[in-house]
Amino acid sequence: MKRNHRKQAGSRLAELFQAYLLNHAHGLFSSLGRLTRTPFTSAMTILVLAIAISLASSFYIVVANIQQLTGNLESSNQMSLFLHDNITDAAGQKLAEQIQQNGSVMEVKFISKKQALEEFKANSGFSDALNALERNPLPSVIQVVPKNALESNEDIEKLMSDFKQFPQVDFVQVDMQWVARLQTIMLIASRGVMLVSLLLGFAVTFITGNTIRLELQNRQDEVFISKLVGATHAFIQRPFLYTGFWLGFISGFLGWLIMTIMLLILETPVEKLSTLYNSSFDLLFLSFSEFILLLMISSVLAVLGSWAVLHYQLRQLKPQ
Amino acid sequence: MLRFEHVSKRYPDAGEALTDVSFHLHRGEMAFLTGRSGAGKSTLLKLIAMMEQCTRGSVLLDGQDITRIGERKIPYMRRNLGLIFQDYKLLNDRTVFDNVALPLVVSGYNHQEVARRVRASLDKVGLLGKEKKHPLALSGGEQQRVGIARAIVNKPKLILADEPTGNLDPDLSAEVMFMFEQFKQVGVTVLIASHDIELINHLGHRVLTLDKGHLVVS
Repeated sequence: MKRNHRKQAGSRLAELFQAYLLNHAHGLFSSLGRLTRTPFTSAMTILVLAIAISLASSFYIVVANIQQLTGNLESSNQMSLFLHDNITDAAGQKLAEQIQQNGSVMEVKFISKKQALEEFKANSGFSDALNALERNPLPSVIQVVPKNALESNEDIEKLMSDFKQFPQVDFVQVDMQWVARLQTIMLIASRGVMLVSLLLGFAVTFITGNTIRLELQNRQDEVFISKLVGATHAFIQRPFLYTGFWLGFISGFLGWLIMTIMLLILETPVEKLSTLYNSSFDLLFLSFSEFILLLMISSVLAVLGSWAVLHYQLRQLKPQ
Repeated sequence: MLRFEHVSKRYPDAGEALTDVSFHLHRGEMAFLTGRSGAGKSTLLKLIAMMEQCTRGSVLLDGQDITRIGERKIPYMRRNLGLIFQDYKLLNDRTVFDNVALPLVVSGYNHQEVARRVRASLDKVGLLGKEKKHPLALSGGEQQRVGIARAIVNKPKLILADEPTGNLDPDLSAEVMFMFEQFKQVGVTVLIASHDIELINHLGHRVLTLDKGHLVVS
């Protein structure tokens, strides 16, 4: 008798669970169906959301591309010692050998005036213009790579002032300085992107929340009747949460599509520009995992906005 | 089954709607609630349906005090009630079947059980075969019967009806009342708010009369 009772309770629990799953499945698909029943309104909302999402992800990808461009510069902290115009190649070579003796120097390379010109002609695309010049305007350069790379600014500055002492040296330029500046600029840019994305994320949350609020108003009768027949808040808000999920998910996908199309439009001119600079720069697109993350973030934000509105409004809605 | 103990209800801006109301309905008892408009009929029903809370006294449903019940428990308590409205309160964008099934779906019954109970319920009100129709395709009397089928599908202990015959002609009204008497026969407690003095007197059940918030005949 008791066992029978327990068995019954167990099967009721299984039934409840089965009904619960069915209810979720129903919520998932019926909310999608409901969105298609008001195509114009749904399309407007989704487009607005998609534009916000594509803006945020475009900013992100632009910064990622610039970072890719500057990425290989990160470790470069070499110094360029520009020599006076009257220094001969032999004297320059000699100075380079002398510098090589310095304990904190790892690598030294002497580039003669002629070499510098050849290199510049090959890489710049200005060879015709350079040929027209009567004399070589470029100075000889000694490139120095210090040993304890980037470890201490003071060491590098000391080394720099040492090199400045040589009478043959016109001036010393540390590449690190502009790399550091560029990195700082990139830091500011990525912070900015983060802040703008945060704002756009809020926009997604609020737009979805407001859409759900209107939907709730349109379906007030349904909410009242469900409440009167004993529906819990969880039951009533479920289809609305799924509507929010779909809004976020679809506009996340559409936002990605918009951004990708924009990148595809930019790809050809960017590649053209990159060949003009003699570099092989590949435009970076969103990776698959980043794409999945984008879908997840937009869905979560939309569900969050819907949930906040439902949590507040369902309490306010009292059947008359 | 249903017990009111010195119940008063005061609205902040409309004054006292019910004053010191006490009565007791037994299991399987059928009673009418009458009184002029504004006498407090709707307020009394709203207290039972947990749509309002009384200011003083207590309302007991099947021995449980529902006056100070927590917000979270209200849905589960409501599943013991069958509510019927003058304007039917059906969802016009759903079929008759889905309307009647709503209380069961809400309570988490499985598909087969829902289908079985909905058919049984529709059979009781004589609407079997109209499951796939939409409410607006039915006559007023049929719509009210859909409302009744929805109220009884969950096998409630107490049925509350607010002017259920208000929009129906005398023949249909008698038909609906006959249904309520059948529910009473199987042990369901029925409380019907109604203006229709003639019909009430004809049926001869217990009558609760409200006047300006006071219970004058019980």
